[in-house]
Amino acid sequence: MGAAPGLASWGMMTGVAMMNSGMSLFEALLMGVIVFAGSSQLAAIPLIASGTPMWVVLATGFCVNLRFVVFSAHLRPYMMHLPLWQRLVTGYLTTDLSYVLFTRRFPQHGGSPEQLLAQQAYLAGNCCVNWSSWVGCSVLGILLAGLIPAHWGLGFAGILALLGVMFSLASSPLRWVSAGVAGAAAVAAFALPFKLNILLAIAAAVAMSLLLEAVRRADANRPGTSP
Amino acid sequence: MTAETDAWTVMVIVGLAVITVLTRCLFFVSSKPWQLPGWAQRGLQYAPIAALAAVIVPELVMTQGQFIQTWQDARLFAALAGAAWFFGHRAQRQAVLGTIVAGMAVYLPLHLALGW
Repeated sequence: MGAAPGLASWGMMTGVAMMNSGMSLFEALLMGVIVFAGSSQLAAIPLIASGTPMWVVLATGFCVNLRFVVFSAHLRPYMMHLPLWQRLVTGYLTTDLSYVLFTRRFPQHGGSPEQLLAQQAYLAGNCCVNWSSWVGCSVLGILLAGLIPAHWGLGFAGILALLGVMFSLASSPLRWVSAGVAGAAAVAAFALPFKLNILLAIAAAVAMSLLLEAVRRADANRPGTSP
Repeated sequence: MTAETDAWTVMVIVGLAVITVLTRCLFFVSSKPWQLPGWAQRGLQYAPIAALAAVIVPELVMTQGQFIQTWQDARLFAALAGAAWFFGHRAQRQAVLGTIVAGMAVYLPLHLALGW
């Protein structure tokens, strides 16, 4: 479990960030236990603290979580033999870490019922460990936050965590473009009401990236091809 | 620790939990195979990083809704230190953790000792 220290500190920091943003103990515990998605929690925390309308918070969380949609498309063949409620529970508990470990261990989905069962057992065990350590460390962070004065600004660690995740997503030049456009647009449109600058920035960044991608493809196809 | 629980925040939290289920299970719900339209599939490549940047950048360069007027801001130096760490160690598994530690190691002294 080489990932354990990373997960532990990530959970603790989310706990500290939740409490430092002014959430009540109950809210912070509830969020750690049921939302179970560090990046979208950390992204939602400053928005919740500034009284952003609910649909903007949810839409932002949705966009941060869109990577899971890609995972769910990939994991579908491993899942479809299960009844719906088990698919939903398994999917809900499968985080980035479980997904990466699982698909590395089982590059192909099982053909026989025994293989499928073995894969299911591995994933379930992985998710259990992951969920328990996440919740445990969130609670630890929530308690720790009470001991450290808020003016230290430890909540800023949450922003640094998001920064690290953002860098790890920046795997292609167009993704850098997307981040650059979104960051600039979010600042430029900051005066918009209801934190709509966040959604506007995401829309502008995705549109710009898709446009540049289309231009690049058109350039690549130009020699000798007809439309 | 005196913050009060309010119904609005609880509803947002429950909504975020629903979003977690929805995004992680989108392709598990229907038993019929289906695909997203092409533009949506390609858009998925760019939306998560855009959402993170849209949240992070204002948190780094703005104070009370205004663009910061001074370079003496601990957040800027912390973000630079974090970035330097990440790109120096990105091959390692704990690069994100290092980003946080390096950033806070710069942030705390500047913020607490110099008041930046």
